[in-house]
Amino acid sequence: MEESLIEDAEIQNKLEVAPALISVHPSQKSVVVAVGSDLRVFDLLENCPVTLVDESDGPSRKDSIRAIRYGASGKLFVSAGDDKLVKIWSAESWHCLNTICSEKRVSAVAISRDDSYVCYADKFGVVWVVELDGIMEGKVLPSKKGAQLLSHYCSIITSLEFSPNGQYILSADRDFKIRVTVFPKKPLEGAHEIQSFCLGHTEFITCTAFVSSPELSQGYLMSGSGDSTVRLWDIKSGSLLDTCEVSILAGHGESNESESLAQVTVTDICTIPNYAFAAVAIQSFQGIFLLSCDLAAHTLSITKVIKIPGESFIPTSISVSASTRLLWMVSGASNLPGSNHPGFSRVRVISCIESSSILEDEHIPGGTKLLEQLQGKVPIEESVMSAAAEAVRAAMSSLLMKKQYSEEKREFRKRTRNDKKATQ
Amino acid sequence: MDSETKQTTFSKSTGLPRKRFYRARAHSNPLSDSHFPIPTSPAHVDFSLHFPKFVEAENKISKKVEFADIGCGFGGLLISLATLFPDTLMIGMELRDKVTEYVKERILALRRTSSDGQYENISVVRTNSMKYIPNYFEKGQLSKMFFLFPDPHFKEKNHRRRVISTHLLDEYAYVLRAGGIIYTITDVEELGEWMKACLEKHPMFESLTQEELDSDPVVELLCSATEEGQKVARNGGQTFRAVFRRIAYVS
Repeated sequence: MEESLIEDAEIQNKLEVAPALISVHPSQKSVVVAVGSDLRVFDLLENCPVTLVDESDGPSRKDSIRAIRYGASGKLFVSAGDDKLVKIWSAESWHCLNTICSEKRVSAVAISRDDSYVCYADKFGVVWVVELDGIMEGKVLPSKKGAQLLSHYCSIITSLEFSPNGQYILSADRDFKIRVTVFPKKPLEGAHEIQSFCLGHTEFITCTAFVSSPELSQGYLMSGSGDSTVRLWDIKSGSLLDTCEVSILAGHGESNESESLAQVTVTDICTIPNYAFAAVAIQSFQGIFLLSCDLAAHTLSITKVIKIPGESFIPTSISVSASTRLLWMVSGASNLPGSNHPGFSRVRVISCIESSSILEDEHIPGGTKLLEQLQGKVPIEESVMSAAAEAVRAAMSSLLMKKQYSEEKREFRKRTRNDKKATQ
Repeated sequence: MDSETKQTTFSKSTGLPRKRFYRARAHSNPLSDSHFPIPTSPAHVDFSLHFPKFVEAENKISKKVEFADIGCGFGGLLISLATLFPDTLMIGMELRDKVTEYVKERILALRRTSSDGQYENISVVRTNSMKYIPNYFEKGQLSKMFFLFPDPHFKEKNHRRRVISTHLLDEYAYVLRAGGIIYTITDVEELGEWMKACLEKHPMFESLTQEELDSDPVVELLCSATEEGQKVARNGGQTFRAVFRRIAYVS
């Protein structure tokens, strides 16, 4: 009994660890890092840090931010997380335009292609929608409540995505499935028409992204999962086009370690519109996989594995700018057990298309000024970085993986049940 | 189960399994993580094991399942439907493992004792249909779905455990073809109103007319065929029915 108490306490502790997140503006006007409740923004056009202005009538942040992203047009930015607040920012003035109060913790967000709706998913599997009527005028809107759009039955939604033409909304969950729903003309009345389910993953799904080409603007969906695969889908039919194993290669990357058989989790995928390419971050791997996608032959293949030498840099989140094709990566976490820091982050940049070289700190756009803003001024110790990577891994698996109990343990848990008592 | 205990759990006169060896709790938590195997996708479900008499060359099954009884309980409805629609494959879905085991044995026993190859078209799976319906059926595969005497979940905080809700109807509408019919019945007035309201509100369902209800031979089975329905009738209780059609829909 005592043992299980300790276990529970451990789980409680781990749950609070949140990975650092990064998002770069589609045309690289600015870049944002979220660590814990801290949202750090750097303006790359003016080459200066940005101070956020939040005058919307809502409480301010306390708990970890779990999801950040720019709208496709680059005009809006949205952040959300464990404090049950969804904040919509102008990506130009960095004023908070609207604060939405969620009933539950928020796990994923998306902005519709035309910037008219924001959707967010809570930890109970419900996706909510809010109309952004008049938000483009840049004035602060009164706090709103979302309307229910759709629901995954009590399953944590890990990723929300609009299809490139805005016709569908995709929601991926920890029960191995991706639901493709027609985004209706009147979303506030709910999205009832399911186009397909993409079924094939054998573990929780962590991330999704669309690949498209000029010939195929509708695009195909890529998804990453805890089953160490990246999969390619046709969302119209829900059919699985190809599966790319990343576990074996991650093992090779670790050189002398014999971990090649262990399952690894794909933590993040990012793609560039009209470019059949994806960058993939993998848990406990110090670097990035580059995948190419043959949209005609429906195949995925690994074209390059970029290792990051030196410090133990394991990306917790990645983002790519469509205009410069620079891949921005962050490694970090908040609320680390046994650490006094509220959280830390380390930012690296790879020029991944032409030369695939890792940029030195001074060659990053924005240079050391940017790093000071996004990383904070605390020096980052090597040991903290590797501890953070492990803490993030543990937090993610305890959040998303199904708990496996032995037969004896299950029987033990049933011991107080009336029917069990009677048989004894 | 070894052969000795197996013999005693079956009735000597009818050859059917005896219910008292399959006692189970009345309720099961649909929200908890499932620890039974779940097919990755409909293509991964091996229905040839469920319907061996319908297997053709290369272990392929000649038909697809068309009826699903969600929360089939002890399987009374399936057994009545089996002879009414002998050429239609149907499956019961039940979350409680002992109850599923009972239905499985009951169907196998009926197949054994039936003289003219009846009951080959029904089977049962243990699953949580609130979570895994899309793992079993393709889009538009089903023509009938049954929700008979579901758990009422009176408390408001437990309403999300109800098997009929606006969000779950989206999934049922996905597996039902246009024209397919959803049958619901309960002896709890509050739940009956809830289910009716959910279906009326949903843009992909429309109510059947009285004439349509009268001409549908399945409707009267909702009460008479199931163990729960018989119990309600014995006690002279009221039932509340909602039968709706899945309609073609463009959002």
